[in-house]
Amino acid sequence: MVDRSSPPTRPPLSAASLTLRLAGIAVVVAAVAGAFAYVNGTFDPQRLTPKKLINVLETNNGVHPGFRRNHSKGVCVIGHFESSGEARSYSSAQVFNEARTPVVGRFALPAGNPYAPDSAVPIRSLALRFTQANGQQWRTGMNSMPVFPVGTPEAFYQLQQAQSPDPATGKPNPAAVPAFFGAHPEAGPFLAWIKTAKPSASYVTETYNSVNAFYLVNAAGQKQAVRWSMVPLVQDAAGATAPEGGDFLEKDLLQRIALGPLRWQLNITLANPGDPVNDASKAWPDGRKVVNAGTLVLESTQPQLNGECRDINYDPLVLPAGIEGSDDPLLAARSAGYASSYLRRTSEVSQLPAAKQEAQQ
Amino acid sequence: MSNQPNHFAPLARLLHWLMALMIIAMLFIGAGMVASVSERHEWLIHLHKPLGIAILLLVIVRLAVRFSTRQPPLPADLPGWQALAAKASHVLLYALMLILPLLGWAMISAAGDPVMLSSSLQLPSIVPANAQVFAFLRKAHGYLAYLLFLTVLLHLAAALFHGWVRRDDVLDSMLRGNKDRG
Repeated sequence: MVDRSSPPTRPPLSAASLTLRLAGIAVVVAAVAGAFAYVNGTFDPQRLTPKKLINVLETNNGVHPGFRRNHSKGVCVIGHFESSGEARSYSSAQVFNEARTPVVGRFALPAGNPYAPDSAVPIRSLALRFTQANGQQWRTGMNSMPVFPVGTPEAFYQLQQAQSPDPATGKPNPAAVPAFFGAHPEAGPFLAWIKTAKPSASYVTETYNSVNAFYLVNAAGQKQAVRWSMVPLVQDAAGATAPEGGDFLEKDLLQRIALGPLRWQLNITLANPGDPVNDASKAWPDGRKVVNAGTLVLESTQPQLNGECRDINYDPLVLPAGIEGSDDPLLAARSAGYASSYLRRTSEVSQLPAAKQEAQQ
Repeated sequence: MSNQPNHFAPLARLLHWLMALMIIAMLFIGAGMVASVSERHEWLIHLHKPLGIAILLLVIVRLAVRFSTRQPPLPADLPGWQALAAKASHVLLYALMLILPLLGWAMISAAGDPVMLSSSLQLPSIVPANAQVFAFLRKAHGYLAYLLFLTVLLHLAAALFHGWVRRDDVLDSMLRGNKDRG
């Protein structure tokens, strides 16, 4: 393009024609830019975005740089999964076929403050990352509740907003949450459960549920809707309740794991035709077939500030071939929201207490 | 026949228009997926990754075509600053077409996520897992995508300026082959 072609000889444009042509260019460019702005939500301030989901968590819990925006307090665990082979006919995923798959997990308290006392919420969570020999991964974030309070990301957002501090008083409006539940009858099963739920004294004795539904896909391409649970093989004496103090869960876990590996059975519940696959607020009726897919064995712990689980985004839609997400709208919202939280906290790693201590040494 | 072609080579034109479609689709997919929590987020991401790798492969072919074929010259009466802007914006376009897919691939690698193009097609990681590296790459991917969008808009406006206002051969050289014009 160094050489230039000879100049063309064209009659000059009239002022009106020039203006019209320049305006035409402006219209084309504005149309493309406008379509882009439409797609990214500029014209739709009501649209629920990943940013808004994470912002409301920060409004309610404060910003704790470097920590997850929810389930902020936790501990890393290392172990493996031993497949029973029984899920093999339902899923081609290697995790169900290989004898052993390494796992990096994280127990956590479902609250947005990393310094919350363990009794702050009666729910515990367990996130797991299975790394298959073929490099594919299965990540799952499970909770000790059997159902989610609501079925849509919009309702989840409104529930968070109901717990936000009122700008006038600086405190949440005590009437807002009851009003929310009054308007959301789908929360009935969750509310019935939480009435009887007590903060447990141990991560180890809890059952952790996928809550959302997924599909297992076998080698023949057949799809089966499922939910799964990690059921503890350790049971406490009845009536064990949480001790005093704010940080008993991690201490308890460390004490128990020092005595030997901790085990859970992976129960996969198969949906019957007609069971709700797209609504995590609805339980499936009893009597569904349950497949014992194998045993989770946790062997050691690591602090969350520098352990392997710290930099893992337990996005429930990171799935190996053989497991697929359902059309439960919460799954996509979790994936999108976690990505937003992950970017914020990975940008703040140097502000974590452990990093600050290291920097001072 | 003169020494200078009047039009881009047919393969160059094919690659230009094919990639123009893919890149504009890609920019819209990217903008849509990061602003959505609905199922759209999920299926747009599943389009975004393989489409990005396809663009990476095509831009390599395109650079090879660019350096092995002759480009029509800019008009001799084009003001110097416009000729400079034309060259600089093309360098920027090529650089971003190459860098953005690599950044996307690298940021997924740095997050420790498996780089999946479909439910079973996996690419190797190209950088080790590291949270701070991920945060840097992810932000660079976003900001440079906006820069690419602005550069594409400028390119579009300039092409139309050549075609509608200057009425020179620049737009035509990418629209048609030699034989279409006497």
